[in-house]
Amino acid sequence: MKKIIEFIVLSMGTVFSGAAQQTPAPSQSEPVVIEGATAHLGNGEIIENSLIMFEDGKLTFVGPATTKIARNGTQIKGKGKHVYPGFIAPSTSLGLIEIDAVRATDDQEELGEMIPHVRSLIAYNAESKVVESMRPNGVLLGQITPMGGRISGTSSIVQFDAWNWEDAAVKVDDGIHLRWPNTFRQGKWWEGEERGYQPNEKYEEQVTEVEVFLRNANAYGDGNGEDMNPAFAAMQGSFDGSKKVYVYADGEKEIIDAITLSKKAGVKNVVLVGGYHAYKITDFLKENKVPVLAQLTHNLPVFEDEDYDLPYKLPKLLVDAGLLVGLQNGEASNFQTRNLAFYAGQLVGQGMDKEKALQLITGNTAKILGIDENYGTLAEGKSATLFISEGDALDMRSNQLTHAFIDGREISLETHQTALWRKYSGKYRGNQR
Amino acid sequence: MRKIQLLVLALLAGSTFSFAQEYFPKNDGVKAENNNYTALTNAKIHVTPTEVIDGGTLLFRKGKVVAVGQSVTLPKNTVVIDISGKSVYPSFIDIYSGFGVEKPEKAKSDGRSAEFDTSREGFYWNDHIMPENEAVAKFEYDDTVAKTLREAGFGVVNSHIQDGIARGTGVLVALNGAGNDGERIIDDRSAQYFSFEKSIAKKQSYPTSLMGAMALLRQMYYDADWYAKGTIETKDRSLEALNKNKGLVQIFGADDKGNVIRADGIGDAFGIQYAILGGGDEYERVADIKATNAKLILPLNFPEAYEVSDPYASGYVNLKDMRHWNQAPANPKILADNDIAFSFTLYDLKTPADFKEKLLKAIAYGLPKTKALEALTTVPAQILGKSAAIGTLQKGSYANFLVTSGDVFDKETELYENWVQGTKNVVNDLTLKDIRGEYDLTASGQTFKLSIKGEAGSPNAEVKQDTAKLKSKFSYADGWMALSFATKDGEENYRMTGLINKTSDELNGKAVLPNGSETVFKAIKTSPFTEKDTSEKDKKDKKDHEKDAPEMVAVTYPNVGYGYSSIPKPENILFKNATVWTSEDAGILESTDVLVKDGKISKIGKNLRGGNAQVIDATGKHLTAGIIDEHSHIGALAINEAGQNSSAEVKMTDVVDPEDVGIYYALAGGVTSLQLLHGSANPIGGQSAILKLKWGESAAHMSYDNSPKFIKFALGENVKQSNWDSHTRFPQTRMGVEQVFTNYFQRAKEYEAKKKSGEPYRTDEEMETLVEILNGDRFITCHSYVQSEINMMMKVAEKFGFRINTFTHILEGYKVADKMAEHGVGAGTFSDWWAYKYEVNDAIPYNAAIMHDQGITVAINSDDGEMIRRLNQEAGKTIKYGGITELEAWKMVTINPAKLLHLDNRTGSIKEGKDADLVLWSDNPLSVYANAEKTVIDGATYFDLEKDKQQREAIKEERNQLINMMLKEKAEGGETQKPKQDKKEAMHCESGVGAK
Repeated sequence: MKKIIEFIVLSMGTVFSGAAQQTPAPSQSEPVVIEGATAHLGNGEIIENSLIMFEDGKLTFVGPATTKIARNGTQIKGKGKHVYPGFIAPSTSLGLIEIDAVRATDDQEELGEMIPHVRSLIAYNAESKVVESMRPNGVLLGQITPMGGRISGTSSIVQFDAWNWEDAAVKVDDGIHLRWPNTFRQGKWWEGEERGYQPNEKYEEQVTEVEVFLRNANAYGDGNGEDMNPAFAAMQGSFDGSKKVYVYADGEKEIIDAITLSKKAGVKNVVLVGGYHAYKITDFLKENKVPVLAQLTHNLPVFEDEDYDLPYKLPKLLVDAGLLVGLQNGEASNFQTRNLAFYAGQLVGQGMDKEKALQLITGNTAKILGIDENYGTLAEGKSATLFISEGDALDMRSNQLTHAFIDGREISLETHQTALWRKYSGKYRGNQR
Repeated sequence: MRKIQLLVLALLAGSTFSFAQEYFPKNDGVKAENNNYTALTNAKIHVTPTEVIDGGTLLFRKGKVVAVGQSVTLPKNTVVIDISGKSVYPSFIDIYSGFGVEKPEKAKSDGRSAEFDTSREGFYWNDHIMPENEAVAKFEYDDTVAKTLREAGFGVVNSHIQDGIARGTGVLVALNGAGNDGERIIDDRSAQYFSFEKSIAKKQSYPTSLMGAMALLRQMYYDADWYAKGTIETKDRSLEALNKNKGLVQIFGADDKGNVIRADGIGDAFGIQYAILGGGDEYERVADIKATNAKLILPLNFPEAYEVSDPYASGYVNLKDMRHWNQAPANPKILADNDIAFSFTLYDLKTPADFKEKLLKAIAYGLPKTKALEALTTVPAQILGKSAAIGTLQKGSYANFLVTSGDVFDKETELYENWVQGTKNVVNDLTLKDIRGEYDLTASGQTFKLSIKGEAGSPNAEVKQDTAKLKSKFSYADGWMALSFATKDGEENYRMTGLINKTSDELNGKAVLPNGSETVFKAIKTSPFTEKDTSEKDKKDKKDHEKDAPEMVAVTYPNVGYGYSSIPKPENILFKNATVWTSEDAGILESTDVLVKDGKISKIGKNLRGGNAQVIDATGKHLTAGIIDEHSHIGALAINEAGQNSSAEVKMTDVVDPEDVGIYYALAGGVTSLQLLHGSANPIGGQSAILKLKWGESAAHMSYDNSPKFIKFALGENVKQSNWDSHTRFPQTRMGVEQVFTNYFQRAKEYEAKKKSGEPYRTDEEMETLVEILNGDRFITCHSYVQSEINMMMKVAEKFGFRINTFTHILEGYKVADKMAEHGVGAGTFSDWWAYKYEVNDAIPYNAAIMHDQGITVAINSDDGEMIRRLNQEAGKTIKYGGITELEAWKMVTINPAKLLHLDNRTGSIKEGKDADLVLWSDNPLSVYANAEKTVIDGATYFDLEKDKQQREAIKEERNQLINMMLKEKAEGGETQKPKQDKKEAMHCESGVGAK
């Protein structure tokens, strides 16, 4: 038996070796100047003909190129190009799974229902080929999120150019992810039920379970901490405001229940994730000051009588109502996260201003995640986490990166995929028939 | 006491016949046959649905009608029953029943791999083909069930084993509780039954899909024919039975409108006209249903209203389901209006007791009563070819009839008796006396107030002394009343019983006093029963009912939320001043006009005149050919037939679902044509359907005329079943995949050689399909990922002298692009998908660009119901990944897939003479910012942004209207069901691959 296991382990080893990730870039050693590009600041503003300078990983100047100021260090000509803050992908399991169908590569879902103590960060694979493939599309940061159970665990925010998880961490244990029960459930067709939706008779019961857990966790924090309860202990940050609670809910009733009950149980900062029907209760969300991480726009309507383009415009409806909105694609496969910019671009087709759409994957997201002090917008004093594109980065025709920087470090835009591209392009160049 | 029993028995015997067979010995007495006649007189007799005799006499003897008419001479030995004022109808017939035949038990799953082989010996190779089954062999008469059927008015049912695809023969049974099987079985081989549903008792995997079931039925008929020629040396009891049953009535359990058409199509191919069980939704496609010429068997399974008072929950109910609630009761009426013959069945009703209510609903929706009666009597008799024996009260028919208080289809009418084969069965006592009313009750000097109320047949009572109400119990049955009530203090009881006097209003009989002494009681009626409150309410209800002749919302095409009120028609259209992306050498033309005439692209140029054509100002907009998705799984009821490693015999054209809203979504994304591919469950998949997305049309009208023929092949992880538990089906490795192909193609060669030799041969649909491939008449689209298998597939084709037409997915195509170019194969690929399984580890988004650079015709396809609506953007990604030009990128979703599908002479580009399959875009179509504003197919506009806006409003209004109607139904006491939604499985390549 042992031999067999050894054999499997060995063969897996061979299977998953191959090109390792690009070598992480060293710390910024000299200042960088980007001049003449259109700077998209990520806060809704734009500077045509801009001057951007950074040193020791921090932006030292963001302004018009007409400014009279010394330009030291590496000079990059930006004329005709576009500069953007690094895109941020919230609620993603990047680095927790490599190949969807290969169970051995899957670390997304831990066993159990209320497991806030489960931490994504330590399982995050900084050398994932999927993570690497984010960078040539401008996605440079992510909130690595566990996916199982009712309370799935605790996420951390990382940057995508690191030797290991410890170096990757931007914000450790930033939030707890709570997947709210649904009033309807899909039929267990494998047990002979109809495949469609039917009322979830256990909804109230499931909601009570969450409520009881949250109240107990809160009470536990008031006690003396004897008899360590790891789940309750992990919840404490949500009651003192140091950790946000990300609640995943889509229906109106579910959203109202989730927010009302979480707040009642003492949760300080609630973020709504998904919120498919949030657009119908924007006043409630505004009153409760709840920001929304809306679902990716490249989705089908859930109900067939809805507008065919409802998923295309959903985040816009929330923005128009005055809510703070970011975009996530937790429901899609990880490899799709590199299309984050195009999810935002879709909103422009729905009549949203391009710079506003950009905010949904930069400045707004940083605010919602609580990393806006350093990331999400181009502003003096903030981290130089940004990239240069040949054209409009929200459109697939023109999203062409020439440079990308994380904390001022110029990262490689090569990947397993570009390596193969070059390798086989070479094959045919040398072997034209 | 014993005397009374005897009396009751004697009364019953008067109306009962026992057709004791003359050759049966009798050892418990002496032979004494009852050869008397019975006559019902002075009745309104419905001899047939159209022949009614007032004041008629029905004379019958030994279970059969002897005479019927106004002046019937009665033989002397006639028992005459005067039923003046009552009506007589032939009793009802259900020919799709499971009565008395136990349904087999579901096979227990052992959780292991699927079973691919038959579990039987000496029968057909497929366990779901069981024409040898005979319902009569399993038949066991059950009078408890029979009673419920008789109470619903049924006298004869045709019963079969409701399990499997070929189900064997049915048995025609009279619901005669007094007789024995010798009397009540009218025909033990009454019809042969089929369905598309596999046996629940058998575990053999094939067929896993509807299209597989259809292919299996076709092959079964071919094989039966071959067997009949004596060419098969082994014994096959299934095929023998099938051949033996050939002359019987053939009945198909289709269960919905689409399947009615499917079943009829199979019948047509083999010269069989099935009578077909419908699903109750035939009204949605009535012309197609009529064209089948099939007699239908209709369930009255009208859905209950949904519980919609909670607005959150009601959101889960789709408009199409609300509509079906509203429209389904009109199904019989609409079919009757279209002269489609149908019978009714109890099938799919919760209980026979619901039957009358549903039937009355159909009548309220306008079904003529004569048609309703025909559907219950003469039509089912005709379907079975038994018109002389059942369904009417003409001379010689069985004396199967109903005695009612009046019009059998009136709500108030009472069904008194249901006679079967001359045997009376009482449903409600015809002679019952109404004893309801107010009485003064006296016993042993004590006086009480007795109030008898409730229903005449089973009244209840209230007893008062002075003003105090006493706890009481009352019963009234078989002409006797029994009353017990407590004394005021509740400690002791009075008990009373008496036989009702039919000629007096007084009640009397024996009383037992609280102290146990026996005496008599007397109750004198002081006032008659009045149904004060309820009767007024009834009247009001009735009035409401009449006032609200049911309001029916309009049927759309298809009959779902975004269906159109009529199917779009071709128009002449002139697009002015567009940026025209020709997908031809002409490239992109600025400020150009395109004229559409008679469904074709008539002219391209500047300043065109269109005559009476509708002019569309396309200034600032982009006009392109419609997008073609070379690899799609929308608009299908099934994707994979996973029950065999080859399923070349199955056809996607058999399972097109023209009502899938995914079609509308695709149109809104500018898609006009697609290849509906079989999935990747097996190395040799099924035959493709190539469709134009004509939303509103039937499946048949969506298919291309003279469609090029395609078949799906597949390689890799799916066909070797790597990603789920299945370890018994060959192949399990890529090595085995090659062997499957070479073996099948070798067999196909041999098959064709035999066919050409002129020797007799067994028609084999699977082999016929493979021969088409060998001869270049059918093209392969092959699902493929890694370079080794891609190369292997080309080598296999070359060995057998043909060419692979298209590799789909082909994510490692870039590694062998040179070999592909040499072979001459095209490629349909994803723009940027990878990481979902091991074999796509080396998938790169530059794949399309590299293959294109090597001269391969490359298409970008979806394999996905969401991505299909953004294929323009996916094409745009080839610019980002690999630097394809805009012109070439756009070809990858238009002319290139058209070339791959051999449709490039008809569609895929803007060229004079081609089909007018066009899309008007708001922006550069490759941009994420572009929206499709109009999608035109063959000159008809199937998607229009403006029209879409109107549809949204209309949906909102109609939902609201129907919700209010449902709330009203509930308020008036109608039954409701919980909100629910049928969510179709989102289909892609792997849908149903692991199905057992």
